[in-house]
Amino acid sequence: MGIPYYYSLRNLWTRKLTTGLTIAGMALVVFVFASLLMLAEGLRKTLVATGSYDNVVVIRKGSKSEVQSGVERGQASIVETLPEVAAGPDGQPLAAKELVVLISLPKRGSDKPSNVLIRGISATSLLLRPQVKITEGRMPRPGSSEIIAGTSIANRFRGGGMGESLHFGMRDWAVVGTFDAGSTGFSSEIWGDVDQLMQAFRRPVYSSVIFRMRDPSEFERIKRTIDNDPRLSLDVMREVRYYEEQSEAMARFLRILGMSLTAIFSLGAIIGAMITMYAAVANRTAEIGTLRALGFQRASILGAFVLESLFLGLLGGLAGLFFASFMQLLTISTVNFQTFSELAFSFTLTFRIIYQALLFSLFMGFIGGVLPAFRASRMKIIDALRAS
Amino acid sequence: MENHRPPIVEIRNLSKSYRRGSQVVPVLEDISFDIREGEFLALMGPSGSGKSTLLNLIAGIDQADSGSIKVGGIEITTLSETELAHWRAFNIGFIFQFYNLIPVLTAVENVELPLLLTSLSKRERREHVEVALRVVGLADRMDYYPGQLSGGQQQRVAIARAVVTDPTLLVADEPTGDLDRVSAKEILDLMGRLNNESGKTIIMVTHDPRAAERAHLIKHLDKGVLNVSDPAPH
Ligand SMILES: Nc1ncnc2c1ncn2[C@@H]1O[C@H](COP(=O)(O)OP(=O)(O)O)[C@@H](O)[C@H]1O
Ligand SMILES: [Mg+2]
Repeated sequence: MGIPYYYSLRNLWTRKLTTGLTIAGMALVVFVFASLLMLAEGLRKTLVATGSYDNVVVIRKGSKSEVQSGVERGQASIVETLPEVAAGPDGQPLAAKELVVLISLPKRGSDKPSNVLIRGISATSLLLRPQVKITEGRMPRPGSSEIIAGTSIANRFRGGGMGESLHFGMRDWAVVGTFDAGSTGFSSEIWGDVDQLMQAFRRPVYSSVIFRMRDPSEFERIKRTIDNDPRLSLDVMREVRYYEEQSEAMARFLRILGMSLTAIFSLGAIIGAMITMYAAVANRTAEIGTLRALGFQRASILGAFVLESLFLGLLGGLAGLFFASFMQLLTISTVNFQTFSELAFSFTLTFRIIYQALLFSLFMGFIGGVLPAFRASRMKIIDALRAS
Repeated sequence: MENHRPPIVEIRNLSKSYRRGSQVVPVLEDISFDIREGEFLALMGPSGSGKSTLLNLIAGIDQADSGSIKVGGIEITTLSETELAHWRAFNIGFIFQFYNLIPVLTAVENVELPLLLTSLSKRERREHVEVALRVVGLADRMDYYPGQLSGGQQQRVAIARAVVTDPTLLVADEPTGDLDRVSAKEILDLMGRLNNESGKTIIMVTHDPRAAERAHLIKHLDKGVLNVSDPAPH
C-alpha cells in the first residue's frame, strides 16, 4: 500500500488560497472547452432532430443543400409517383415538392439584417413533419400571399409575428400563423405556398422533393432505383442524414475553435498548476524525507504528488463543468454554414462532453504535476531531512 | 550479563566523506564497533563530529564510502535503494529532533503510516496503533492533529510511530533537542522504559549530558574517531 489518498487531498485543503486560484484557472479553461463542445452538440442535435428517419430528401446531384439545389418539375413528378412512396390519408402520395430560398430580413430591435430560410410548401409538407405544430392562427391558404413563421422567426425578426407582415419577393406577405417545431431547424424558417413563392421569386424549378417511404428499411433499394434512372440526376438521402451533414461543417469549426482556444488557455492553467505543485514540493521537503525514511519508495512519493495534482485538475474540471452547465439555459443563434441562414439552438451538455472535459482537466493536472512530483521523488533522503 | 547477548549491529571499517565543491571532507574514518541487543547507546561529541552521519548510515538512509554495516545479520551496505526502503520499514524506528510528524494527518494516522507498508489488515493496524499510543500515554489525543499538540506530545506521537512496527532498532537524533526540560525528561523516561521494559535497542545522538545519563553506554565521536567511555552508572 502506498501513501494514502487523503494525504494528497488534505494538503490541497490546507493551502486553500493557492488551491483555489489554481482550480479557478483550470475551471476557466474547462468552461471554455465544455461550452464550445456543448455548442457543437447543440447545433448537431437541433439539425439532426429536424430530420425524420422515414423521410427521404431528394435534391439535385452534387448540391450539398436544398438552397443550392434545383429539381425540375418533370423529375419531381417521377419521384413523387414512385411506388415506394407512402400514401397519405387521402390516397395521394405522401410527397412534397418544395422550394427553399434564402432572403435577408431585419431583426427586431437592432434592425440588423440576417439570413432567413423561406420554404415553399405543398399540402403534404405538414404531414411529413409531425414535429411541426401550429401554435397560433392557421395554415396559409393556397394561392394567397400568406405565410406562417417559426417561433424563432416570430420572436426575433421584425414583422415576423402573428398578424404582422413581411416584405420580400416584391410582395407583402401576411403572417397568418406561427408554428413551433421544438428545438429543430424548422423553428427558424418561414413557410408559404410553394406556387406563390415560385412566382414571387421567379423560380422555374423546385429545390427538393421530400417523401415518406412506404417501408423505411427499403431505403437502399429506393436510392438505387433513383440513381439508376437515366431521366433523374438526383441525390437521395435519408432526412436525418441530410440534416446531420448540414451540421457537420459548423460542428467541426466549433470543435477546432474549441481545441485551439483551450490549447492556448490550458498552457496557462498547466503552468499555474506546475507553480503550485513546485511550491508544495519545496514546502514539504522535510516531510518527503520523513516519508522516505519511514520506508515509502520513490514511486510512492511520485504517486502522492501526481495524485495531488490530479485532484487539482479534477476539482478544476468539476468547477468548470458546473458553470458550463448553466449555459444550457441560454439559447443562441448562429449562421448555419451550409445554408447561411439563421438557426436558433441551445448549448447541450452530454455525458460524452462531461467525460471529455474531466479527462481534459485530469490531463492538465497530470502535466502540471508530473515534473514537480519527479523532483519530489528524486530527492536524497538526508538532503530532504536537513530542510527542516 | 549484557556482554553475552549477541551483537545486533556490527560495524566494520566504516568510512564516509562528503564532497564540498572540489574538496573532500572526511567525516567518519575507519570506525568499527558492535551494538548488542537491548543496548541503550548514547552517541556524544561536538557539533559536526559526524554523529548524525553515523546514525544515518546505521539507519540505512545514507550511503557509506567503504566498510560494512550488519544489522540483525543483514549486510545493508549492499542493498539496493528499493530493498533498503523495504528494510527500513521493518527494521528501523526513527525519532527526529523536530518530530517530523505529517501535519495533515491525525495522531492515529501518523502512527499508522509505517503500518501501511506491512500486510496488516485495517483492523490489525488500528489495534497496533492504539496500543502504541497507549504506551506513550496519548490514548486521549488520537484524533488530534500535530498542530494541536505540544512539542512533548508530538514527540510522543513520533515515538509511537517509531515503535508501532516493532523494529529491530530505534534511532533518535537529538530527540530532546527542541524540548523544554520537563518535556525532555518525559521523553527520556519513555525511552528508558522502552529499553528496560520492552527490551528495545536504542541508539541516541545527543549532546545533553542528562540525556546521556539514561544510556548504558556512551560513545564519544571526535573528528570522525570513536572513543568509548564507561557505562553510565545505573
Ligand atoms: N550532506 C552533506 N553534505 C556535505 N557535508 C555534510 C553533509 N552532511 C554532513 N556534512 C558535514 O559532515 C560533518 C558531520 O556532520 P554531522 O554528522 O551532521 O555532525 P553532527 O551530527 O555530529 O553535528 C559536518 O562537517 C557537516 O558539515
Ligand atoms: Mg547532528
